[in-house]
Amino acid sequence: MTSLPASANETVTARPANLWRDTLRNILRQRVAQVGLVLLGILVSMAVAAPLIATHDPTDTIGIDEGLLAPDAPPELKGPCIHLLGCSDERPQHFLGIDRNGRDVYSRVVYGSQVSLYIGFVTVGFAIVIGTLLGSVAGFAGGWPDNVIMRVMDVLLAFPALVLAIAIVTILDPGLLNAQLAIGIVAIPVYARVMRASVLSIKERDFIVASRALGESSGGILLRRILPNALTPLIVQGTLGVAGAILDVAALSFLGLGAQPPLAEWGSMIGLERNQLFSAPHLIIAPGVALSLTVLGFNLVGDGLRDALDPRLNR
Amino acid sequence: MLRFILRRLLLTIPVLFGIVFVVFAVARLLPGDPCVAALQERATPQACAIFNVRYGLDQPIPNQFWIYLTDLARGDLGDSISQGRPVSEILVERLPLTLELTMVALTLATLFGILFGVISAARRNSAIDVATMVGANIGVSTPVFVLGLVLIWFFAVVLKDTPFVLPPGGRLTAGITVVPLADSWGLTEAQGLPRAIVDFFSNMYVFNSLITGQWEALGDAIRHLILPAVALATIPLSIIARMTRSSLLDVLGQDYIRTARAKGLGETLVVLRHGLRNAILPVVTVIGLSLGGLLAGAVLTESIFGLSGIGKMITEAVSSRDYAVVQGLTLVTALIYVTVNLVVDISYGFLDPRIRLQ
Repeated sequence: MTSLPASANETVTARPANLWRDTLRNILRQRVAQVGLVLLGILVSMAVAAPLIATHDPTDTIGIDEGLLAPDAPPELKGPCIHLLGCSDERPQHFLGIDRNGRDVYSRVVYGSQVSLYIGFVTVGFAIVIGTLLGSVAGFAGGWPDNVIMRVMDVLLAFPALVLAIAIVTILDPGLLNAQLAIGIVAIPVYARVMRASVLSIKERDFIVASRALGESSGGILLRRILPNALTPLIVQGTLGVAGAILDVAALSFLGLGAQPPLAEWGSMIGLERNQLFSAPHLIIAPGVALSLTVLGFNLVGDGLRDALDPRLNR
Repeated sequence: MLRFILRRLLLTIPVLFGIVFVVFAVARLLPGDPCVAALQERATPQACAIFNVRYGLDQPIPNQFWIYLTDLARGDLGDSISQGRPVSEILVERLPLTLELTMVALTLATLFGILFGVISAARRNSAIDVATMVGANIGVSTPVFVLGLVLIWFFAVVLKDTPFVLPPGGRLTAGITVVPLADSWGLTEAQGLPRAIVDFFSNMYVFNSLITGQWEALGDAIRHLILPAVALATIPLSIIARMTRSSLLDVLGQDYIRTARAKGLGETLVVLRHGLRNAILPVVTVIGLSLGGLLAGAVLTESIFGLSGIGKMITEAVSSRDYAVVQGLTLVTALIYVTVNLVVDISYGFLDPRIRLQ
């Protein structure tokens, strides 16, 4: 708390509590969350500034034009080459070398940040919208709709996520959008449960009864009274969910069921070059580190949000 | 206690039925004609007609579901279309590897997860605590396939000429074999279920070579299992360590712990007997839930380390549109997962008597 007011005439009034301001302050106070925010900051700047910081077009097979993949070219030409660090000026500059199709790996890693952010938010967005809808209907209606919806969610949860996602992707045919859809479907039960729990805990409160007495429709109550109150757990779950979605879609892409080349997606980059592990490990380590740090960033911020929004810790 | 167990069992039945239905539906929705996928250029209309009758694919879908259910009840998972033999036979061959891998990984994750979690909580904010939690955060964020490949690169390439070198994949070094249990026990004439059970355990190489004393094979099998098991165990290990720490910290803040300390009990006794015992419930939940991640991670681990378990099998079956195999493997994975979580639920009743009475 602040020190006592200098003048006795001033009344001691704290600023009214504001959830978002308090949350922000609480997050900034945690060192772990600070690290997460920095990582996400780097990720977002990388995605936004990709055309500026990338040295090449991520899908351009530039190495072929430069003769680096010619049969008589020595294999070390494919490795990293940075002029500032003493790589000879005659060699074309590729910060992280080129992949076996002659594409610049550094540029692909940079552009991969755009793809990952897109994957994370779109996939989780889909799961949240559907899950929230199902969860609210289940919680609000009760009775058999509740039973049917939640038992279906139980069955979905009974499968190991990736196994079910693989099965779904096979029905839909491999591809980035279908992989996202599969991971999104598998993630729905989590949000449905969170939303249902929130609805159940709120729907008997006096202010809901009052709204009903004032003639507000069920849809209006759900949208204007219940949803804002259920938002916090959804945001925490969603942030952690983005990490999970990026991880799982990358795993599908690694298996060849998600993003297809030449799209610069980290999981598929690793999957394509995995046989080069013994000769050119940087082709796997570079996108691997980028992927891990991205997931780490979302995980740390998600944990930080959970702690920050927990009223018990709000001192 | 019995009523508690019975109630939990009954609650599982609708979920089991749902699983069977979803699995059936998923396999029937697979695109492409299974006959064309299986017979390829030999898929003439006549051959396909015979093929469809042979595998019941000419029946209407509800009939196919009924046939599937009755077959399941008899333990028949159908025949693999691409391999022309029963799915159960393939399972006996492939499942032991996956089970061995996931069990070793789960054991590693549980032991070290709880160990690190307890040390972290007992020495809160010490260097060990900070290092463990940083490690856990990184561990939980590293994809299995990235970690697996980096481990291979480090232990098979970087440490190539040191004693610490580990094989990059496979189950055994070429030239080393594990004698099947049926041979070492003189059961080669056995048929049917007993033989399947013997073969099943026989295909768990570590278990087999351990109980029959094939020490060279045992050492080799273990050396091959280390990297995949570590890659697979890292994520659940991190989750278990974090859960143990936070659960134990909650408990250690309670009054009866202060009482225990006040009456002069040693710190180890306080933390382990009074603390951990009451903090273990959420940890057990997390252990059960992490099995789902392990089974899914096994798909990736097996693909990276070239191990032919059910994870690798499922990706192969998906590309050859092998209905019965996809069904069988998905079903078995889901059943294992549900069973383990049922056991976890029931174990609550033993760990915490209050839950039994609810």
